[in-house]
Amino acid sequence: MEVGQMQRRLVDYTKSLFMEGFLDGQFLQLQQLQDESNPDFVVEVVSLFFDDSEKLLNDLTMALDQPNVDFKKVDAHVHQLKGSSSSIGAQRVKNACIAFRNFCEEQNIEACLRCLQQVKQEYYLVKNKLETLFRLEQQIVAAGGSIPLMEMGL
Amino acid sequence: MATAAAVLPSGSQELHVLAVDDSHVDRKVIEKLLKISSCKVTAVESGTRALQYLGLDGGKGSLGFNDLKVNLIMTDYSMPGMTGYELLKKIKQSSAFREIPVVIMSSENILTRIDRCLEEGAEEFLVKPVKLSDVKRLKDFIMRGETEENGGSRVNKRKLEDDGHPPLSSSSLSSSSSSASAPSSPSSPLSPPPSTSTVAPFACDLGTTELPTSPLHSSKRSKFCNSD
Repeated sequence: MEVGQMQRRLVDYTKSLFMEGFLDGQFLQLQQLQDESNPDFVVEVVSLFFDDSEKLLNDLTMALDQPNVDFKKVDAHVHQLKGSSSSIGAQRVKNACIAFRNFCEEQNIEACLRCLQQVKQEYYLVKNKLETLFRLEQQIVAAGGSIPLMEMGL
Repeated sequence: MATAAAVLPSGSQELHVLAVDDSHVDRKVIEKLLKISSCKVTAVESGTRALQYLGLDGGKGSLGFNDLKVNLIMTDYSMPGMTGYELLKKIKQSSAFREIPVVIMSSENILTRIDRCLEEGAEEFLVKPVKLSDVKRLKDFIMRGETEENGGSRVNKRKLEDDGHPPLSSSSLSSSSSSASAPSSPSSPLSPPPSTSTVAPFACDLGTTELPTSPLHSSKRSKFCNSD
């Protein structure tokens, strides 16, 4: 596949992620911050997000597994996850966290467990999508091409 | 990732910003935003570390006498241990550092929280995720202040509640008169409903990163300027 085709594939893929709500404008903001002095910035930030999230999801699973659930603790974890997902533009994860926090407030254990499932699902989905996106980018770079920058007006 | 003092030609000043955030992701992002805006950055993970850096914990701190002078502190609000609000208070209580502008960042657009921070002397309250335009605006504001500092005109306006004038930060945003780079467009479409700027509607709002910053500023404006 030649570079132009790869670039088009990347653009289409990225667009679909926005259309489907996986990513929002904040992700574009991050891409715009990337430059030659730090060409892996987005990958680095997203990797931090992956590391943080997996730890938080583990903590959440454990916290909800306790005989006496500490909802404040659960809420704190969700708040953190909401923050970092928002910071990288992982919109669906963020929204799942918002719903989750409402149930923490209600101290509704069943609903919280459902929310946790939902958040996990969204997280793994976006992780998968982003990894695919980065792979597509790598292919372009390896072929000597440059990564097209998305415009805000999608 | 150099935070070492750069050798600067005299006359041109690089802003040194101390960024405080417990989130690794957010630290990395804010650091980038600041570096792209030609600022020197020192990023720490807690209020305690920030105080240590400044030497406010009783220790000597890491600041040399003039070189690494901090021109702006940007801190997250919700942090374990010391919150950004508590850090703000400590800084404002310190004679050495109270003149340093402190900006609070929070993912939550809670009016009482915003008011509390502003009343305690925060320069501005930014709703996360922080954008490049926010940083640029802040930088312009601080740089203008730095040069005016000797004139002293800015010092009195730092405590917002004192004279009832619109806070500099909102005027730098709302009126493009003083700042050519003020992005007034994000705020204007959203100036209408300040009364509804309680947490819920915005917290649940999807998608756009435009939304979070504006109601904050419109709520500030409506409180101080009544110019909606």
